[in-house]
Amino acid sequence: MATARVEQRSPSDVLAILVAACLTALGLTIWAISPDAGMSFHGLVFGAAAGASALYVAGQLYSGSPDRGIDASGYIDGPIRFATLAAVFWGIAGFLVGDIIAWQLAFPALNFDLPWTSFGRLRPLHTSAVIFAFGGNVLIATSLYVVQRTSQARLPGRWAPWFVVLGYNVFIVMAGTGYLFGITGGKEYAEPEWYADLWLAVVWVVYLLVFLGTLWKRKEPHIYVANWFYLAFIVTVAMLHIVNNLALPVSWLEPKSYTIYAGVQDAMTQWWYGHNAVGFFLTAGFLGIMYYFIPKRVERPVYSYRLSIVHFWTLIFLYIWAGPHHLHYTALPEWAQTLGMTFSIILWMPSWGGMINGLMTLSGAWDKLRTDPVVRLLVVSVAFYGMSTFEGPLMSIKSVNALSHYTDWTIGHVHSGALGWVAMVSFGAIYCLVPWLWNRKALYSSKLVEWHFWISTIGILLYITAMWVSGIMQGLMWRAYDKLGFLSYSFIETSEAMHPYYVIRAVGGLLFVIGSLIMAYNIWRTVRGDEPLDAHDQPRVAAAPALRLQAAE
Amino acid sequence: MDHGVLERNSMLLLVCALIVVSIGGIVQIAPLFWIDSTIEKVKGMRPYAPLELAGRDIYVREGCYNCHSQMIRTLKDEVERYGHYSLAAESMYDHPFQWGSKRTGPDLARVGGKYSDQWHVEHLKDPRAVVSGSIMPGYPWLSDAKVDGEQISRRMATLKAIGVPYSDEMIASAKTDFAAQTSPDAETVKAFLNRYPKARTGNFDGVDGEPTEMDAMVAYLQMLGTLVDFASFDAAGPNLR
Repeated sequence: MATARVEQRSPSDVLAILVAACLTALGLTIWAISPDAGMSFHGLVFGAAAGASALYVAGQLYSGSPDRGIDASGYIDGPIRFATLAAVFWGIAGFLVGDIIAWQLAFPALNFDLPWTSFGRLRPLHTSAVIFAFGGNVLIATSLYVVQRTSQARLPGRWAPWFVVLGYNVFIVMAGTGYLFGITGGKEYAEPEWYADLWLAVVWVVYLLVFLGTLWKRKEPHIYVANWFYLAFIVTVAMLHIVNNLALPVSWLEPKSYTIYAGVQDAMTQWWYGHNAVGFFLTAGFLGIMYYFIPKRVERPVYSYRLSIVHFWTLIFLYIWAGPHHLHYTALPEWAQTLGMTFSIILWMPSWGGMINGLMTLSGAWDKLRTDPVVRLLVVSVAFYGMSTFEGPLMSIKSVNALSHYTDWTIGHVHSGALGWVAMVSFGAIYCLVPWLWNRKALYSSKLVEWHFWISTIGILLYITAMWVSGIMQGLMWRAYDKLGFLSYSFIETSEAMHPYYVIRAVGGLLFVIGSLIMAYNIWRTVRGDEPLDAHDQPRVAAAPALRLQAAE
Repeated sequence: MDHGVLERNSMLLLVCALIVVSIGGIVQIAPLFWIDSTIEKVKGMRPYAPLELAGRDIYVREGCYNCHSQMIRTLKDEVERYGHYSLAAESMYDHPFQWGSKRTGPDLARVGGKYSDQWHVEHLKDPRAVVSGSIMPGYPWLSDAKVDGEQISRRMATLKAIGVPYSDEMIASAKTDFAAQTSPDAETVKAFLNRYPKARTGNFDGVDGEPTEMDAMVAYLQMLGTLVDFASFDAAGPNLR
């Protein structure tokens, strides 16, 4: 690389300061003049974050030996380290809020009859925190790590990657605090209001450019399969986000806006978005993680190149059609429901193709499942992926959906995917990444990973079995008739019958939170540089690349 | 085709992926805007009265959709429990739709008129005071907050811009219509009911003075599912989907 150029102050510093200064002015203006307390607070948060960034860049510009952000590894890893820690933080926050609302369903007094602690406002906080804050930071961290390593090229720009991670987390703060103030668009998983949505669109375009820019500089002729999935995830999420969130604000200084779609068209657009938030955010992106971290950790090539190709194209083509299965027997026209069901069932095939490709990568290395708990997290996540991508097509069949829809079965299904697949594969990736990014010879403790694995797994099993029972039971109670042909149960009777299962679910969630706290402790000790307790039990690949030879000796 | 071409060319990969992921959405969403039978032809649908709209915005703000659906499916037990299955026409002015995805509480698509105003007020303040096994949160703060008439006329104007058929007259009289709906003896009620036929009037929260969020919320709940004239609705013919 042109080291001479790297040493100099570059025009990108000036550009970064200009952008940050403009954003500071924008944020502080909104803070000063918005009549809405919530939006005004968001202006302050936004302005403060941009202002601090401007000052930091200016400090770099005027210091004698500016830090060009390049690590000893030769790559730009600072923003990735930030996103990794942010993922751990938001993960715990999101799991915790999830468990709090689980207890609220068992014991409603826990709503405290206050606006900002009531279930209706906390539930979007939970879903956004786990999907977008935890999942999003994991995806940004891993994608920027993987694209550099598999391209043998640095991320483009000194500040653009930082803009992506900081900008994304500012979006998260605005979205999450907004729900507590009652600022919401009212569409599930797309609740952030128009100004947060606009900001996310800007951040996302820069994310795409940073990712693409790295691919353009690559020294490898071929783009690695993990990057196909990351690329499809980034592009499709941009499309979904922009189309579903088209809205007209009531004024430029108020948070309230109305989506441009109404009724049945809004429902279809929303679930096209909603199901593909699952398909592309929570699946395609995390498959990118699977395709890099499993082969890397078990030191085996991906099972089948041909299967990767078939998996990729069929998955992204089919997923986008699945939305209407959220709208069976509703006022959505029949033809759309039938299309949604048909494609959802076909989707089982590529999903299991991907699962097979991930699992069979362990060929010849299955013993690592016993010796390396990080491999176990990664592999069990793929097993959960297989389970929930079988359950999903099953639930999309109209006659099954007639029973399952509107019940806890759906909640259980989502969590077998979200906890079993998304969170477990993320934990595996984070445990891989932290020693690699902080240049440590191993994780602080492999034993603690073992504890984390078992506690989370038991928590997940309690959660999903409780929801299977409560969901199917409530679905059956709603449609039960007595001998005289009357409905057997009033609604409240079916609701009261859920109580024991809500308690079991909340206990399962609590175990999952405890597991994540164990992870946070382990990561904190690793980042701090404490001497690993059981480095000899960890595989060579647990060490940062520069330390692997040393570890082998 | 040699897949290597796509693997060596990031922009080609990007464009092909974008085309592949666009097809499903285009086929499923776009026709809903031009196929005539998508929204049934019915009598009785009208935009929300100002107070009802304010209530609806509160419903969205508090995240009621997280636990209550507003969509009765075409299934025997649902129709018997909640009433006539929901029509697409019934949410044609809903920005956003509130069909929901989970019934932690019952469906609300036709809750209008099923309970008294007083029941709703008591239930919203303290659900377990009226339904002992309920797990719904209480919303006592709705009784304290006033509804802003200026704000609601701007919201109506915004909705008009995206296709809800509010007339200029409706927007201009939003503030007086607030008062008219909550004080049924006022002289302005007749004009209000002309603008919003079938609207339910009354002092919803039982407290005199400026309309509160509780008034708005109850006014909204009490009109849900009451507008369409099902006596004249023909599920066959052009409405057959």
